[in-house]
This record gives sequence, structure tokens and C-alpha cells, in this order.
Amino acid sequence: MSAQAIDIGRPRDGWLRRFSDVLMARRGFYLLLLLVPPLLWLGVVYLGSLFALLTESFFSIDDFSGVIVREPTLKTYSELLRPANFDIIVRTASIAAVVTILAVIVAFPIAYYAARYARGRMKAAFYLAVMMPLWSSYLVKVYAWKLLLAKEGAIGWVVDRAGLSGVLDAVLALPTIGGPSLSTSYIGMVLVFLYLWLPFMVLPVQAALERVPARLIEASGDLGASAGQTFRRVILPLALPGVVAGAIFTFSLTLGDYIVPEIVGPSSLILGQVVYIQQGTAGNVPLAAAFAVVPILIMGVLLTIAKRTGAFDAL
Amino acid sequence: MSVTGPAAVSFRGVARHFGPVRAVDGVDLDIAPGEFFAMLGPSGSGKTTCLRLIAGFEQPTAGTVAIFGEPVAGVPAYRRPVNTVFQDYALFPHMKVLENVCYGLTIRRMARRQRESLGREALALVKLSGMEDRRPVQLSGGQRQRVALARALVVRPKVLLLDEPLGALDLKLREDMQGELKGLHRRLGLTFVYVTHDQGEALSMADRVAVFNEGRIIQVGSPEDIYERPRTRFVADFVGGSNVIDPQVASTWIGADRAASLRPEKIAIIAEDATPPEGALSVEGTIGEVLYHGAMKRIELTTVAGRLVASVPAAASPSTGEGDRVRLVFRRDALHLLDGP
Repeated sequence: MSAQAIDIGRPRDGWLRRFSDVLMARRGFYLLLLLVPPLLWLGVVYLGSLFALLTESFFSIDDFSGVIVREPTLKTYSELLRPANFDIIVRTASIAAVVTILAVIVAFPIAYYAARYARGRMKAAFYLAVMMPLWSSYLVKVYAWKLLLAKEGAIGWVVDRAGLSGVLDAVLALPTIGGPSLSTSYIGMVLVFLYLWLPFMVLPVQAALERVPARLIEASGDLGASAGQTFRRVILPLALPGVVAGAIFTFSLTLGDYIVPEIVGPSSLILGQVVYIQQGTAGNVPLAAAFAVVPILIMGVLLTIAKRTGAFDAL
Repeated sequence: MSVTGPAAVSFRGVARHFGPVRAVDGVDLDIAPGEFFAMLGPSGSGKTTCLRLIAGFEQPTAGTVAIFGEPVAGVPAYRRPVNTVFQDYALFPHMKVLENVCYGLTIRRMARRQRESLGREALALVKLSGMEDRRPVQLSGGQRQRVALARALVVRPKVLLLDEPLGALDLKLREDMQGELKGLHRRLGLTFVYVTHDQGEALSMADRVAVFNEGRIIQVGSPEDIYERPRTRFVADFVGGSNVIDPQVASTWIGADRAASLRPEKIAIIAEDATPPEGALSVEGTIGEVLYHGAMKRIELTTVAGRLVASVPAAASPSTGEGDRVRLVFRRDALHLLDGP
């Protein structure tokens, strides 16, 4: 070989390369360039609006004129504790909790299959099946569910044909969660939420399970653990951060939603609807803001508890 | 080996195929109780699959595996009296060191006090006392290796399976651990099955070595047997990188029409015009690449018998360089005849 015969030259110095030289020499400047745009967005737009919301919640409304009084007060927060308002908070949190628990139960086997067994085409099919609902319109999905759940809807028809209408009636006769039909009961509302948020539970759980090395499962079996023991002592603790991440999604999305309860479920309001009504028709922006702070507080408390129990230790 | 009672591990016509790949293909094997048995071979030779067949992570496609006389077909890993030390340690990241070591005892529902005392004992055995409350991520590679060892030993396996346990450690640590493993084996009197691709490890630690290639056992014997009396070209080359002399050359030298192995360290290099000692064989050669290995020099030579490698003491070797003509001398009995051409 005549390696010395050919001069391959050097890369030509353009202004971009010189700019790179500056960045390489000054790491601080490089980081600044990297972080300024997202920090501007996060700091001004995101945290700024959150701060505006918080401020608003410490104002109050004049009962007679309906004008916002811009003086700091806790009066609006005390209104939250009025039985009618407090009920809404409890009801919303309960629905969110039920949706979250059901989502874990439904999502875990799917995620487990996808992470441990699905390969190649099956894996692609899994991702497609989980993601596809996310690509279609939220409103269309909710209305589709309303039709499915309606008294004369597809589910009612199938149940009737299967001769199980007695069972459906018995379920709908249950206190609180029942109602005249599935589409006007909490059962229906929870089903729709479960459907809508399931991908947000499946994906993080699947990602967490995927990161559990197969070697650890073998090691557990090697040391005498049956499949059930391995699941409880190795797989579940290591997948817990994924479950917590999924639960944060499903819980907070349910807490804040106001469209599903408008379309499906009983007439009693839940939190998102109240925020919508208070800042819109009622024109009570401070109360709407105070209501909006509630999910933030609930999530803050939940995250703190999750951290305390060590759910994030394996991250 | 005295044969009293059943073998610790025995394979009869064992095969494990993965689709068209014959990972293990007709292996017969008896490992005596208390033996330190090494499975040596290049990657993909089937040695690790054999270990996994013993552990129960794989089921044979054909043949039977028995552990202390009990056939284990269909017996899952968690019901077998064997334990594994994994190559990548496979420590549970969410448990502290002591919890890791006690895992097998926790599974057996042993009372906390008792299992922790056994766990501490096991940690002392591998010289890790004081590390009980660390997490695996806080340990060095060598320490993790010891935790994995303690975790397997604490459940008192009848056979300890070691899957390239020292593969990820640096040289110095590896040598220390070799000595410790050998010492543990002597003290505990357990059967060790040790998978490695490092011939030095296999030869220095094992009572017997099985050399694997392409899913089959090529030769089983004591380290000395394997090293001094390789049966085939593959064993001669894989264990110790021996020179293999072609049958035509061997027949002119010693009148045998078979290939022969010639260990690099059994070749001496003298000046081209010097007379070889009485009765020794000699051949002229040209020096090629010279690799310095500290105590030894590895010299490649081109001769009429083909390309040969000589390993000579660095201090004693003449100051020779690439392209020099020299004479290679070796004793007649340094040539060991191989099976097959």
C-alpha cells in the first residue's frame, strides 16, 4: 500500500467548524445554548402560567358585583371545603383511583406479554395496537363509547342476545355506581377512562419490565423460587417504577378531564367540569383556579408517598 | 477416580438443538462427586448450554441428564439441587447485599434470625463481612462476584455451577479469585462445574477438563493429559496454541504418518550454523513476527515444516530480529501424535 503517496488533506475550515471550536473550548457557553430555549419555555410559559393560576386562586370574587377582588385571601379556598364542593373533590379522586387500579390490573398482563414473550412481528403488532387509539380523535372515541354503552347500544344488544340482560340490570341496580344505563352510570364513565388512558399505563410498565434482565429471573429460579415467588420478589419490585409512572398518568389525566364526564356518566359534576363551568359561565376564575390547584396538591402528595415507599429507588 | 455411588452429574447422549443450530450434539459425560470439573471451549462450542442443561434453564432435545443418579427431565430449575454463579453475577439490584445472599433462604421461609446468621457466615466465607448493607451498584466487579458466590453457596447446593465467573474481572483479580475458588472447593468438598473459554483457568484449577467444540466433547482428561497429550488438532491448537505438524513432515521426522503437536515452549532456537544436540530434531527457519510477553518471547518462524511458533525465555534468547536465519531444535519425544490427519 502506498499510504504516504496520497494526501487526503484536512477537512476545510468553514465558519461552522470554527463555531464548534468555540463551543468545545467553552463548555459553559455550550450548555447555555443548549438550555436557554427549553428553559425559556419551561420558565416563562409553563411555570409562569402555573404561577398566574396560583395567584388567581388567592383572589376572591365580590358576591354582589361578580368582580374579582385582587387582594390576597384564603376565602376562595375555604369555599372548596363547602360540602357540595368537597364532595366533587372526593368523587373525582375516587373515580381516578378506581380507574388507576383497574388500569394496572388490565395493563400488567399485556405489558408482561409484550416485554417477555412478544418478538418481531408480534411486538410491532403490540405497539400498533396500544398506540393506535392515541392517534385518533379523543372526542370521536368518547362518542363511540357513548353509543356502545347506550341503552340500545352494541353492548346492551350483545348482553341481551347472550341472555344476560338480567345480570346487566343487576349491575346497573347497584347503588352509586349503577344508573339507568351504562352510558349514564359511573361504571360507564370508568370504562371510558380506562379505555382512554390504558396506553399510558401499558407503555411505562412494559418499558420497566423490559429492563428486568432475564438473567435475574433465572437466578431467582436457580435459588429455588417458583414462578409466583419470582414474580412477587423480583419482577414486581423492579417493575414498580413503571407502574408508578403509569399510575401518575392515569390518575392525573382522570383528575383533570372534563369532556368524558360531560358525555358519559351521571349528571353529578366532577372536578374538571367544575373548573370549566366556574371559569366560563359562572365567571368565578378564583374558584376555578382553587379547584385547579387541588389535583396539583393531590399529585404532589401521591408522588411524595411513592418516593417514600422507594418506588423510584430502582430507577 | 473411585466409583462409589452415582455420578454427581451424568449426561447420556444429550443434545440440545435450537432450530437448525446444534448447540449440544450427543454429549456423554460423568462428573464425579467432589470433583472440580472444567468445561473448556471457544464461544458457541456448547459448554454454556451444557451448564444450563444441568441448571434446568434448558431442557435437552434428546438424551438424559441425571444429578446424583436422579434423572432430571422436566424438573424445573427451582427444584434442582444445583446452583449457578452467573457470568454477569445477576445480583438483584433492589436488594442489599445481605438480602441478595439470603434470597434462597427467604424463599425457603427460614426464620429471619437464622437466615441472616447463615448469610453473614457465607459473606465471611467470601471475605465480604461488613458489606451487608451495601447495594450491588456500590460494589466493584470482584465484590459482586463474591456476593454471587455467597448467594449460591448459602443454599448448600450439591453441585455448584460456575458460568465464566471470572470473565469480567481484570487479570490480577482473576488470578486471586482462581486461588480462592480452588481453596473454597477444597474446604467445602462440593462438586464444581466450571465453564470457561480461558485454557489457563481450566488447566490451573480443574481436576478434569472437557474440551468442547461445535457441540461435542473432543477430549476429557486431567489438565496434564489435555495439555501434554491432546487427542486432536483442535485440542492441540485451542489449549496452549500448539504447533501442529502435518503428517508428511511428521513421517520424515519420526516415521509416523499422522499429524503431531509440538508445544511452542519445547522448541529452542540456536544459531543457524550451530550443531544440534545428539538425538534432537532440528529444522532451519526464518524469523517473522516477535512478540514480547515479559518472561517469554513468542517468535513466529517460517520453516519447511510450515509456520511454527516458538516460545523462548526472553532472557535466554539470542538477539534475533525479523528475517534472521536460525535453527529450531526440539527433542523427539516433544512431538505428540494426534488422532486423524
